Amino acid sequence: MARFSTLAEAVRENVHDGDVVAMEGFTHLIPFAAGHEVIRQGLKRLTLIRMTPDIIYDQMIGMGCADKLVFSWGGNPGVGSTHRIRDAVENAWPKALELEEHSHAAMANAYEAGAANLPFAVLRGYIGVDLPKVNPRIKSVTCPYTGEVLATVPALRPDVGIVHACRADRAGNVLIEGIVGCQKEVVLASKRVIVTVEEIVDDLGAASPNAVVLPSWTLGAVVAVPGGAFPAYAHGYYKRANSFYIAWDKISRERESFLAWMKENVLEKGPEAFAVHAGKRAAS
Amino acid sequence: MNAYTQNEIMIIAAARALRNEDICFVGIGAPSAACNLARLTHAPDITLIYESGTIATRPDVLPLSIGDGDLCDTALTTVSVPEMFRYWLQGGRMSVGFLGGAQIDRYANLNTTVVGDYHKPKVRLPGGGGAPEIATNCGEIFIIMAMGKRAFVETLPFITSMGHGATGRERRSLGVKTKGPTKLITDLCVFEPDHETKEMTVASIHPGVTRGRIAENCGWAPAFAADMGETPAPTARELEVLRDIQARTKAAHARS
Repeated sequence: MARFSTLAEAVRENVHDGDVVAMEGFTHLIPFAAGHEVIRQGLKRLTLIRMTPDIIYDQMIGMGCADKLVFSWGGNPGVGSTHRIRDAVENAWPKALELEEHSHAAMANAYEAGAANLPFAVLRGYIGVDLPKVNPRIKSVTCPYTGEVLATVPALRPDVGIVHACRADRAGNVLIEGIVGCQKEVVLASKRVIVTVEEIVDDLGAASPNAVVLPSWTLGAVVAVPGGAFPAYAHGYYKRANSFYIAWDKISRERESFLAWMKENVLEKGPEAFAVHAGKRAAS
Repeated sequence: MNAYTQNEIMIIAAARALRNEDICFVGIGAPSAACNLARLTHAPDITLIYESGTIATRPDVLPLSIGDGDLCDTALTTVSVPEMFRYWLQGGRMSVGFLGGAQIDRYANLNTTVVGDYHKPKVRLPGGGGAPEIATNCGEIFIIMAMGKRAFVETLPFITSMGHGATGRERRSLGVKTKGPTKLITDLCVFEPDHETKEMTVASIHPGVTRGRIAENCGWAPAFAADMGETPAPTARELEVLRDIQARTKAAHARS
């Protein structure tokens, strides 16, 4: 059953040095507040998994939390490079970063395989490209029915899955609306789960009986962190802060400006600092 | 004669390649601008799909990322990312995929992964994202890229997504049934694959551009089709609609 707690408690109880951690949210609902708490608690040697390691992993990798990154597209969407990730890969600063690189299709399939309790995922992918030459975990299987050779990747089974969601009810059931990404798959694939939400309400008020609702008993910790996805966004609450994504390019380009920003905005702050970004939900 | 930039004619020529009945998997950046220009001009019923899961989206401003909220708010429906890649892309529902890239070779293979050695990169680029599977699972591929010798290279350091393969014959030998890159739209001209060799060949040259200028901005000696034509200049309406959505986009991104 989900337990309501503070963000500091949730991270302390569920995330340990050396864990394999997946923080998902495909542009939408990125768990920034939770990532900042991981940084504040000084967690080390993590393997970080994320399809699109954008600013949040740029921050965590730049602060030395990770030894390895599993990903499929690493950039600041529509803006350019994630400079801290590049500095780690190209110059080993602040430390060397091992890469395990996939395509989006493969990672989405690998999360689904994890949720489905299968050992690997199969896809018609990686045809005629170089990634399988540099990632030995990409293999193939011959279809026993047609003889077609298909690509395989191992299932993703993170120690900890961390997602941000729209809201939880008082029993700890959680609703995700809008671009739902692969959050459901990550939650169901992970051994332990932390969910931060915009608000805790009496009634989830889901728009449809087919909405993505994660039952309380699939979750570990549930934490209310209004604004916790900023500068990403929360459907129905607040918009993506595209101007911040653009500004991050300059902040993160040099080590000094990056470290100064992190000190002022992460190390010396807490999750309550996100509240200024929270929007009030439009009445439905 | 309307004044226009080379970047504008590139986006406009790319938009014209799309048809009203297309189901189009849209890459971010210039592909997104071209696809939305097509929707706002000659192809109002085109179905635009972004890898964030948004199907038949009609954004009022161009998204900065593939998952901006406008895409979901204006979509017919939004599906999960695993569903998008499994049912809709791998399921063979896309008539065309629209891609950009950092580097391209004469067979329209793309690199968006690294410059230099993969394990000791000179420049680490973002990686493939959806492109490796878009390139083989969509009915055909349009690519939009500005020319330059660092971008149009003789040999790619890394093949992120396959065009017509290292020799132009790989799609067939690997059993890929889709067409691959059928148009490469640049700021100077439009390339199409040669029927036999699959080498990307200049099929249409933008007004005022010389063959020499194309060659100077290409890392290999480009071939020109025997029946090469001239790209029609942008119309006043095409320029107006493009500039309008770009101005709306700039204002919206500065505001949010």
